[in-house]
Amino acid sequence: MSEPSLAIRKFSDLANPTRFLALVATLWPYLAGLTLCLFAVGLYLSFATLGDYQQGETVRIMYVHVPTAWLSMMCYTVMALSALGTLVWRHPLADVSARAAAPIGACFTLVALITGSLWGKPMWGTWWVWDARLTSVFVLFLMYLGLIALNRAMDDPTRAAKVSAVLILIGFVNIPIIKFSVEWWNTLHQPASVVRMDGPTIDPEFLWPLLVMAIAFTLLFFTLHILAMRNEILRRRIAVLRRHAARAAGRAGGAA
Amino acid sequence: MSHAFYVAASYIAAFAITAGLVLWVWLDHRARRRELERLEAAGIRRRSAPGGERR
Repeated sequence: MSEPSLAIRKFSDLANPTRFLALVATLWPYLAGLTLCLFAVGLYLSFATLGDYQQGETVRIMYVHVPTAWLSMMCYTVMALSALGTLVWRHPLADVSARAAAPIGACFTLVALITGSLWGKPMWGTWWVWDARLTSVFVLFLMYLGLIALNRAMDDPTRAAKVSAVLILIGFVNIPIIKFSVEWWNTLHQPASVVRMDGPTIDPEFLWPLLVMAIAFTLLFFTLHILAMRNEILRRRIAVLRRHAARAAGRAGGAA
Repeated sequence: MSHAFYVAASYIAAFAITAGLVLWVWLDHRARRRELERLEAAGIRRRSAPGGERR
């Protein structure tokens, strides 16, 4: 039989939580350092570049709003891939990944909603409208909250893993709806200006701070995600230890 | 209200929520480590840990 490829072996090595914890311990200081450096550059560019001729200074809100909105969708995509990992490959860390990502996704979605609202008031003249883009992102926020609540409500982690994986995959239908809502429906929200088939239509003056901030927020997500996964692994170890201790105490009590 | 108000409010809100998230991850880690240490001090160890429970 042929040897499994290096990539597959590395991936299955990560199924061992102890190896994963060792990898996180090595990786996270570098990731955190890089994230901080990129935020320093990104924030400098966000305030050093010019304002927009129509939006004025409020264009600077975009450098926080757009990356967090992207991340709100990317985080859910990571959760959907993890859900596939739970249901199809039964990877032991897949459910840990999905569970750890949900609060992070909820926070980024909340930032996107608040900053969008703070941009909308001076530019659109309203804090909120129930148009397709805003409503679908609000639904995404509620889905994150629902998944967090579901995970906390179920005691058995194996059952909770399966139920939430199925729910995550059903909820994934919302991601293309969010992405294409500005094209499918007539919305107040402007259509895409960066990720387009015909290239970005945004001026480089705004594109650079936006890209640097987007990479900084993405690295922040991955740093927080692996650290939250580490916490989740420790939480599960504690639960197992407590169960073993209770069983041992029960046996000792029965023997006495 | 001026544009500067909306820009400042956006960055403050983003910073506060992100800082809260980082703080939660850090405090959660500290609490879990302490809980594990307490369990180990009480003699409850993982079977794979050195000196852990054997069956």
